[in-house]
Amino acid sequence: MTTERIYAKLLPIIQNYLPEDVSPDEVDPDKDLTRELNINSAHLVDVVLDVEDAFDIEFANDDMESLRTVNDAIKIIQKKLNQDA
Amino acid sequence: MTKKFQYILDQLPYKAPFRFIDHLTHVDEEGASGTFTFSETLDFYQGHFVNHPVTPGVILTECMAQIGVVCLGLFLAASEKLSDTATVALSETNIVFHKAVFPGEKVFVASEKVYFRFGKLKCKVRMKNTKEEVVCQGTISGMLIQPDL
Repeated sequence: MTTERIYAKLLPIIQNYLPEDVSPDEVDPDKDLTRELNINSAHLVDVVLDVEDAFDIEFANDDMESLRTVNDAIKIIQKKLNQDA
Repeated sequence: MTKKFQYILDQLPYKAPFRFIDHLTHVDEEGASGTFTFSETLDFYQGHFVNHPVTPGVILTECMAQIGVVCLGLFLAASEKLSDTATVALSETNIVFHKAVFPGEKVFVASEKVYFRFGKLKCKVRMKNTKEEVVCQGTISGMLIQPDL
């Protein structure tokens, strides 16, 4: 799957968990999910669970620890999809 | 039965007047149950409401969270050997209230795990009164915090 297609599928999942004071337009690949987009650690877990369902992959604890930005998420998803292929 | 879970009660970071659990009746991987009796002498009844004491919804929510989520979280942390100093921070609640709880009433709380992943414990929790009526129910989530890691 291309990076663009992953991002297109990932974007609405992230937007769903943004706090009310963060506009959906603020999401871009370089943004830090917790520090810049203000998603709390509990909702970050929900983002990951929704990503697992949407892409049919499974995150490990290590993946969770390396997840900081939207780009990190895309890289992890890409890696998981390639492992399965 | 209660003694088996004493280690969980001993780990709870609460005490009166903010401990809303008397007995932990059951805990396993899938959920926790316990009871609490709201003493007529609890301080908040003097103000909620004037001349008409009713247990505040936030206190019922706290009672459900302490029994259903925190006790279960401590059990899961212990069984996964994560930490014996773990605690649980409330992250979100969605509760519907059906009945009032008056001073002196005993309540029964039971939770059912929805998931426990990456430190987040999400539970369905229900509180019943002695008439077996549902007092309130909904979902509560908490994050397991491990200060020594």
